Amino acid sequence: MKHLWLTAKLDIVESLRARWFMIYTLVFGGIIALLFAFGLTESRVLGFIGLSRLLVTYIQLSMAILPIFVLITTVRSVAGDREAGVFEYLLSLPVSLSAWYWGKISGRFLVVFLPVFAAMAAAAGWAMIKDIEVPWTIFLYYTGLLASVSWCFLGIGMLISTVARSIDVAQGAAFLVWLTMLLFLDLILLGIMIQGHVSPEVVVAMALANPLQVFRTAALMLFDPQLVVIGPAAYVIVDYFGGPLFKVYALIYPVVLGTLAAAGGFFLFRRGDLP
Amino acid sequence: MIQFNNVSKTFRRNRVLDNIDLKIELGERIALVGSNGAGKTTLIRCLLGEYTYDGAVTVNGLVPRRERGKVLQKIGFVPQLPPPLKMPVGQLVGFAASLCNSEEKRMKDIARRLGLNLDKISRLPFVKLSGGMKQKLLISIAMGRDTNILVMDEPAANLDPDARHIFFELLAERLNNSTMLISSHRLDEIAPLVNRVLEMDSGKVVLDDRVLDDASLSGKLVCRLSLRRSEEAIAKALKDWSFRDTGNGTEWEGVIFAPDRLRFLGMLSRYVGLLTRISLDEI
Repeated sequence: MKHLWLTAKLDIVESLRARWFMIYTLVFGGIIALLFAFGLTESRVLGFIGLSRLLVTYIQLSMAILPIFVLITTVRSVAGDREAGVFEYLLSLPVSLSAWYWGKISGRFLVVFLPVFAAMAAAAGWAMIKDIEVPWTIFLYYTGLLASVSWCFLGIGMLISTVARSIDVAQGAAFLVWLTMLLFLDLILLGIMIQGHVSPEVVVAMALANPLQVFRTAALMLFDPQLVVIGPAAYVIVDYFGGPLFKVYALIYPVVLGTLAAAGGFFLFRRGDLP
Repeated sequence: MIQFNNVSKTFRRNRVLDNIDLKIELGERIALVGSNGAGKTTLIRCLLGEYTYDGAVTVNGLVPRRERGKVLQKIGFVPQLPPPLKMPVGQLVGFAASLCNSEEKRMKDIARRLGLNLDKISRLPFVKLSGGMKQKLLISIAMGRDTNILVMDEPAANLDPDARHIFFELLAERLNNSTMLISSHRLDEIAPLVNRVLEMDSGKVVLDDRVLDDASLSGKLVCRLSLRRSEEAIAKALKDWSFRDTGNGTEWEGVIFAPDRLRFLGMLSRYVGLLTRISLDEI
């Protein structure tokens, strides 16, 4: 446990000094600042108003940015460390591979999740100062969703980093994974598949398997689970599962997927050449 | 204590280690030499449990890959290329000391002997240090803990003459209770440090020889030279070795550390036509 914490701390310090972290934090902090600057808390769109409106916009933007950011930075730094000889040196120290691997993931999770959460928390804090009502239930659920999706893509990123032996391959694979998930969102390829009379079970299964789609459905269903907003597959899923059950699924499934991917990565990492 | 039994390593179709059989006992100081791609680094990485391989590697009967913690606790490693770590020096030392169950003070003491004050640079990112400072720091981490195997890849390549001397002294303090595996492209760089030479080529050990060297690692020699005429190139080279001009550029005197003799003579061989007299006296 001591070694795991040491490795996590090491990764946190390395990340805090990296340029990607600065950009990452600026992007999410900047989104919140811009949303406030454009007076989103005062606008009313599709029935959302106040901080709810800001949060739903933030979560939509996070859905687009967070996964690719987490994937690319994770695979770049892990594969990059391996290529640059960081693994050769640090893994010559008496640290167990499990403490190293899971410590790295734990540290990285804090580094990718905290700026996203801090931006949202700052928005809530600002709203309280400005006497704008904060929808705490939504805030807490979104915190859970962001943590869950961060873990999911971190796990996938670690798996890709373990399999790919160079930064270029790792980056390409990460981008491909993200693009595939993006294309299979409800309103893009899934919608076309429904139009093309593909079996509804297949479409629903694909929607349930795609963590981006799960994230999006869960984020939007809190506000307005209308067909035009959430899309046909999500509409069927919410209708079939019911809101509360899907909310739980949306929190647990990405965590399970991320953990399985990370565990697969660990299995390969332990079996293969380390540097 | 270290044993390689039929160890082979293949990257795709490229066989980098080819049925290596080796036995290394406590107290042996081994020069691992060979050209680029000979398999030196791969052999070291197998020893450190970083690579998978065919065959068996054991350290005191333990398999490095399976029992990493126990094996690596006893191995100090200095890589050829320092890792590009962004963390501050202080944190790297703290991290290493904590993992190795050692104390930061021991590492700092070694660094101080090598001429590096870690307290002054503890906030600097490791990657921003000069090549020599990085080398000194990595040596301090490897030697500031309880190890009985030292694995070093070109350890003295970036060290200035004084730091080299201290480094040889540090090694001399461990001669009786350590095994050393020192890798280099050039034998003359490390010959005085070792008592056995292993030369590798195309993944095989092509030479396994004992070296007889009575000179102590901490000894010194006074060297006096006479030259046929004054010459700028040799004057610059001698000044780099901290020699003094005692006669209009034709008479020179300086002190050489015993382990550096071969390297010094190698340098001098470039100007052999200018030499009229040379003496080396132990002090």
